[in-house]
Amino acid sequence: MPRYKNVEYPFVVPPELQSGAPGKYPVAIVGAGPIGLAMAIDLALQGVRSVVLDDNNVVSVGSRAICWAKRTLEIFDRLGVADQMLEKGVTWQVGRLFHRDKEVYQFDLLPDTEQKMPAFINLQQYYVEQYLVERAAEFSDLIDIRWLSKVVGEDAREDGVTVHAETPEGPYSLEVEYLLACDGGKSGVRSRMGLEFAGHTFEERFLIADVEMPVAPFPDEDVHERWFWFAPPFHNGQSSLLHKQPDNIYRIDLQLGPDADPVEEAKPENVIPRIKHIVGDKPFELDWVSVYSFTCAKLDEFVHGRVIFVGDSAHVVSPFGARGGNGGLQDVDNLGWKLSSVLKGEASPALLETYNEERRHGAMENIKHSSRATNFMTPKSKMEAVFRDEVLNLAATHPFAQKLVNSGRLSVPCSLEGLSLQTPSSSDHDIRPGMACPDAAFQHDGEDIWLLNQLGGEFIVLTIGAAAKGVAPQGLKELHIDISTKRAGSATDQNEAIKRRFRENMIYLIRPDQHIAAIFTAEEAHNLVPALHRAKARTELEAVQ
Amino acid sequence: MTAQLSSKDRLSPHGDAFYEHLIQAHEGLSFDQSAAFNARLILLLANEIGDIDTLTTAIQNASNNEG
Repeated sequence: MPRYKNVEYPFVVPPELQSGAPGKYPVAIVGAGPIGLAMAIDLALQGVRSVVLDDNNVVSVGSRAICWAKRTLEIFDRLGVADQMLEKGVTWQVGRLFHRDKEVYQFDLLPDTEQKMPAFINLQQYYVEQYLVERAAEFSDLIDIRWLSKVVGEDAREDGVTVHAETPEGPYSLEVEYLLACDGGKSGVRSRMGLEFAGHTFEERFLIADVEMPVAPFPDEDVHERWFWFAPPFHNGQSSLLHKQPDNIYRIDLQLGPDADPVEEAKPENVIPRIKHIVGDKPFELDWVSVYSFTCAKLDEFVHGRVIFVGDSAHVVSPFGARGGNGGLQDVDNLGWKLSSVLKGEASPALLETYNEERRHGAMENIKHSSRATNFMTPKSKMEAVFRDEVLNLAATHPFAQKLVNSGRLSVPCSLEGLSLQTPSSSDHDIRPGMACPDAAFQHDGEDIWLLNQLGGEFIVLTIGAAAKGVAPQGLKELHIDISTKRAGSATDQNEAIKRRFRENMIYLIRPDQHIAAIFTAEEAHNLVPALHRAKARTELEAVQ
Repeated sequence: MTAQLSSKDRLSPHGDAFYEHLIQAHEGLSFDQSAAFNARLILLLANEIGDIDTLTTAIQNASNNEG
């Protein structure tokens, strides 16, 4: 009996069914999962209306994506939903890695107190979706979520898309300027458009079990841990993973091998003995079980004229490293401001092409990392298994080997350095154009303020140090932080957290998605205007200068 | 005199890429062919390191870690 009780959202008869005429909207979003919902909220923050269509009327059934990385939490914070997520989510602190019957090493993740968001939290997808649905409801004039509206067809033209939906009370159509396919790994939009989804399917099957345990399986009740086994004696030589979610739910992942029968393996009588091996005598109850195999694949192009693919519909990865949901949220972050600018006539559709460029780059990075982790966990030849086992053997005594052990490389923000919107920098500064701006606290009138909470939604010039002050061209917002004085009434750096991360007398051009578009010294301030044009893909203006 | 092996991780940040490349080089080889490949690779790396004390220590380290 699952602990989370799904709310059934009501079916509301769409106005098109009453009037018979197709409704006109700037944007239709297919799929009310985390990606579609976040997309609608990001557009609403820019004042853009959207209709979200979902074939279902509940949030995620089963915990599914549970690990949300720092960058995702920063994006959720910009969307106004991070506080609830942080409050509910859990963070593991101690990681233990086992090989056969031995603990190879453990590590302690100390929180970075200079940044608002932790490295990640564990939170079931149903909570993430529920919070996003609640947030979307605050934009009642801009977001129209239509439960039980199943999109069954789309006619894409050069100037827009006609979307066809079916409901329990009949079919209707919408006329939209852009259609965003946020309909997941098995995207209906993608298959109707006949687009090739090329990649690599892994033969291994994995079993996920969520179990509820009143008493934690860890040595210290209050310290959450993540346990990963390579070749544990209790599970026939395959890998296993245990970590904690809210509500005393523990996620157990078991590699089953390529020949496993999914129906047979998911039966409680087969699942329960395996869990007993992991948690011992402590009582537990099964909450949710799923058997899955996975593919690493992506579309060649994410933008097809007026139809844009976002999240799993554009790219799928193995779960190791938590790069699926986290990668998708970075798509949302990247597309929101670009699509809004195009819809408002502030940018040409060329800007959308850079979504394609930047997020394909991100998807390839995620596929690379998750494929490597999967390969490490599932050696395909005897020699590969020998190498894997000897890396684990050396890991107990050699730091380099510890670094080679790969049970998933946790999603880190994708750098967009070297891509077309960013102005190259020749400086040796370790903050680079293309990076997501790092967070840090500064002070204003004695109060601590998080830098990232001041950035985003529009282009902003961040200037550090007195010599860089006041350089922002007209119409562009400037955030100035003084790191040398402690004057009241201005933004100061009393704890020197800004000084540790940024450089004095430097100018940072920050995009609406908090990525850095350009970095200049105070003397190079005249380069800001061309950099801004470049960051908005205004090539015709760039040519003039 | 025995040399100390570097206790630092010198492969970072390219460890994962190196490991992937190493495993890919074995693709399609039989176990015996893979063993021969490993022998060639060790000999090439040994010549690259050159220092006999370092090599002796590495051999001892590998022997000590026998599982």
